[in-house]
Amino acid sequence: MPIELPYETFTLPNGLQVIAHEDRSVPLVAVNLWYRVGSAHERPGRTGFAHLFEHLMFEGSAHVPAGEFDRLLEAVGGVNNGSTTPDWTNYYELVPANALELALWLESDRMGWLLPAITQEKLDTQRDVVKNERRQSYENRPYGLAYETLLAELYPPDHPYHWPVIGSMADLDAATLEDVHAFFRVHYAPNNASLVVAGAAAPDDVLRLVERYFGEIPAGPEPEPLSPPPAALDGERRRVLEDTVQLPRLYLAWHSPAYLEPGDAELDTAAAVLADGKASRLHRLLVYERRIAQSVQSFQQSGRFGSTFMIVVTGRPGSSLAELERLVRSELESVARSGVEQRELDRARNRIETAFFDELQSVADRADRLNLYAYYADDPGYVARDLERYRRLTPALMQRAVERHLLDSPGVVLSVIPHGRAELAAMEAA
Amino acid sequence: MRPPERVRSATAPGAGAPDRRIPPAIGPVPSLTVPPLERRRLSNGLELLIVPWRELPVVDLRLVVRTGAAVDPPVYAGRAGIVAEMLDEGTTERSALDFALEVEHLGGEFSMTAGWDATHLSLHVLRSRLEPALALLAEAVLRPTLPEPELRRVKGERRADLLRQLQEPRALAARGFIAAVYGPDHPYGTAASGTVESIARLGRDDVVDFYRSYYRPNHAFLVAAGDVRPEEFAPLVERVLGGWEPGPVPEAEPPARPANRPTRVHLVDKPGAAQSEFRLGHAGPPRTTPDYFPLIVLNTILGGAFTSRLNLALREERGYTYGAGSRFDFRRGPGPFSASSAVFTGVTADAVAVCLDEIRRIREEPVPEDELERARSYLALGLPRGLESTADIARVVAEIELFGLGDDYLERFVDHVLAVSAEEVGRVAREHLDPDAMAIVVVGDGDEVEAPLRELGIGPVEPLVVS
Repeated sequence: MPIELPYETFTLPNGLQVIAHEDRSVPLVAVNLWYRVGSAHERPGRTGFAHLFEHLMFEGSAHVPAGEFDRLLEAVGGVNNGSTTPDWTNYYELVPANALELALWLESDRMGWLLPAITQEKLDTQRDVVKNERRQSYENRPYGLAYETLLAELYPPDHPYHWPVIGSMADLDAATLEDVHAFFRVHYAPNNASLVVAGAAAPDDVLRLVERYFGEIPAGPEPEPLSPPPAALDGERRRVLEDTVQLPRLYLAWHSPAYLEPGDAELDTAAAVLADGKASRLHRLLVYERRIAQSVQSFQQSGRFGSTFMIVVTGRPGSSLAELERLVRSELESVARSGVEQRELDRARNRIETAFFDELQSVADRADRLNLYAYYADDPGYVARDLERYRRLTPALMQRAVERHLLDSPGVVLSVIPHGRAELAAMEAA
Repeated sequence: MRPPERVRSATAPGAGAPDRRIPPAIGPVPSLTVPPLERRRLSNGLELLIVPWRELPVVDLRLVVRTGAAVDPPVYAGRAGIVAEMLDEGTTERSALDFALEVEHLGGEFSMTAGWDATHLSLHVLRSRLEPALALLAEAVLRPTLPEPELRRVKGERRADLLRQLQEPRALAARGFIAAVYGPDHPYGTAASGTVESIARLGRDDVVDFYRSYYRPNHAFLVAAGDVRPEEFAPLVERVLGGWEPGPVPEAEPPARPANRPTRVHLVDKPGAAQSEFRLGHAGPPRTTPDYFPLIVLNTILGGAFTSRLNLALREERGYTYGAGSRFDFRRGPGPFSASSAVFTGVTADAVAVCLDEIRRIREEPVPEDELERARSYLALGLPRGLESTADIARVVAEIELFGLGDDYLERFVDHVLAVSAEEVGRVAREHLDPDAMAIVVVGDGDEVEAPLRELGIGPVEPLVVS
C-alpha cells in the first residue's frame, strides 16, 4: 500500500523553514512549530527550562495580552498546546481554516516579541504550575519516579539525557528572570525552528501569510550544536525503589541506536515481537501461560543522541521480580540464539503498518510527522522511506540486533516494589 | 519513492508587515461536510450504520450491544466488562491465543469495553484485511466458549488492576466520589470495573447468563466508518452475522435519581501525600435531557475548556494546580456532574472553596456576552475536530444511535449550540447545579487538610474508606 504526504517547502531569509501540506477532507488547519530545543540543551543546575518555556509561551507576548492567547483561539473553535522532549519542543494550534491567520499572528508574536511580556509574576505563577505538574505526574503517582531513576543510571551526570524533561524542584526554584531571557534569546529564533501548516490551506496562501507574520523577525545566533559522546555502560546496574504500590514492577533498559539509525527499526520490531499484543512472546509466556504478570510492555524511547530500549513487566501481587527477569532473559536469549519465525515478524510488522496509517489520520498528526522528519531526517518527505525500513527487515537482521544491543550489552535493572517488600526485588544477575 | 517536493525561494523580508496590535480578521466559517450515513438492516434485525469515508485505506467497526454496566447490581459490579473481555478468550474454532494471533496477524486491533449503557466491540483494520477481520469479530460475538480457565485468569488480572488502582489518588477520588453521590445500593455507586469483592464473586454461570440474555442482534447495531461501500459491506456482514439468532431481551429501566443530601466532605486519608486530589458534585440529568445544549455550553464556561472559570481561577490566577475542570457524565440515567482538580496540600480547603464559589457565581450572575459567545463558538466551530479519524466517526455515530439523537444530529448540532442564550445558561445552572447538595471527596494528607476543611464551614467532614 503506498503512503505519502505531499508538501511544499521554503525557507525565509531569517532561516525559518516552512512546510505546507494541503488536505481538504476536513475544514481545519494545523499550525505546528518545532523549536530545535529540548531538555538536552539545558545545563546541570538549570534543568526544566525548555518545559518551563512551554508554559510561559502561553502567557502572552508584546501584542497579545495575558490570557488572550487561549481566549482568541477558543473563540474561533480552536485548540492549542505544546510538548517538550529531550530533543525538541513543539507548539501547535488546530483551528477552522478561516482562523489560520490568527494562529500565525499568535505564533509569530511569541517568537518575535515574547520577552517584553515575561514578568517576574508570570514566571512565579508558572513555576508553581510546573511544580504542581511535577507533583501530580511524577511524585504523587505510583511508579512516577521510575523513568528519571533509569535516566540517571543510563547516562553520566554531564550527558544531556541524564536529567528529566520536567526538571528538578531545586532547579525550578533557582530559575531567575535573567536565566529565562538568556535561554530564550539563544534557542527561540526563526533559524532554530521549522513551521508546518497542514490542512485546508493552499501552499501559496501559506507562504504569503507566513512571510507576512514571521518575515520581520530577525535571525538569532546559531546555537552551539550538541555533540555528546555516545553513552555506554561499563557494567550492569541495579536499583531498587520502594513506592506506594501494590504491584511490583520490573524495568529493564539498554542503550540502543539513535532514531532512524541502523538497528533502530530492528529493535522497534523486536519490541513488538516481544510485547505488543496478546500473542506477543512475553505476553503469552508471562500473562497467559505462567500468569505471574499483569502486563508487559516493550518500546524504545528514541532520541537524536541515542535511544533507550525498555522492557517493563508489572507483576501480580507478590510476584518475584527476579523470576520475571529470569523468564524475560530466557526469551531474549531464544530470540538472539534461535531467531524468530517469519510469521512472528509478519505479525509485528502488520501491527506497525496499521499504526503508521492511524498516525496519519488527522491533520494535526500529519503536521507533527512532517516536522519530525524535517528534524531527524532533514527531509519532511521521509514517510515512505521510514515505512520501508520496517518492510525490508528479515528475521536474521532482527536476531542480530537483539544479540548485539540487548543480549551482549549491559543494561539497567530497576525494581519498583511495595514498601517493606525487599524480597520481591531483582537483586542478583539472573 | 519520495512525495512531490518543490523548493522555492521567498521574497524580501517584511513585505507587507502587518499591524501587530490588532488580531487578524477571521474569515467566514468554512462549511463542514458531515460524513454521509447509510443504513441497512440484516434479516435477523441487526441494524447497520455505514459511513463511507475514503481518506485512508482503513476501516473502523463498532458493534454495540445495547446493555452495559448499569444492569449490574453492585454485588456483581464489573460483570458486563468481564463478559465483554471474555469474548475473545476462546471460540468454538480457536483457543484464546490462536484468536489473538489471527487478529494481530491481520494488523488489527480488537477491543471490548462495557460502558454504563452499552458494550462496545471495536475492530480497527486496514481495508485490505477487512473480510477476515470481520469474520473474526463475528466468531467472537457468536461463538465464544467463555472457558473457565481463561475466566480465572481474566479475573486475576482484573483483581490485580483494582489493587493497583487503590494506590492511585485519581482512581481513589473517582471511586470515592461515586460512592458518596449514589451510595452502596445504586448501580452508579460502584465503578463499572467492579471491586475486588464483586469480581471474586463472579462465576462462569453469571457470565454465560449475561451473554445469553443480552447479546442478540435485535438488541445491537454495527457501525462501520472508513473505506467501505454499503452495497458491498452489507452482504459481507449478512454472510458472517446473518446466523446470529434474535431473541427476547430483558427490559431494563435506567437507574433512578438518588435523593439529594446536604453538602458534606468525605476525606480519604493518604498520609504524606504531596497533593490533594478532589472531586465535588452530585447526580446530573440524563443524556436525553432537553437541556443538553445549554448544559454543554454551561460546562464549557465553568470547567470544560482551558479558559474556563475553574482552570483560570485555580491554575492561571493562583498557581495551585496543573489543571482544573468539570464535566457532566451523560448517561441513560442520572450520571454525575463533577468538578475536579489536584492541588498542593497546603491550599486544599481554599481550592474547594473557590470551586464552590464559582458554581454559586454561575448560578447567580448572568454570563457576560463575550464569554458566552466564546464558549458557543468553541463547541460549535470545534465540531470538525471530533470527526477527523474513522474511529472518531464510528464513536460519534454509535452515540447518536444509542441515544436516538436522530440521523441529522450532526447537521443540527451547530445551530443548537449557537442558539443557547445567557438566560438559558443561568436557568440550567440553577436547575442542575446545587452547591448546597454536593458530595466533596478529598484524597490527601488528613493531618494537613482536615482542620482547614472543617473551618470552611460548608458541612461535616467524615472519613471515607474506598474499596
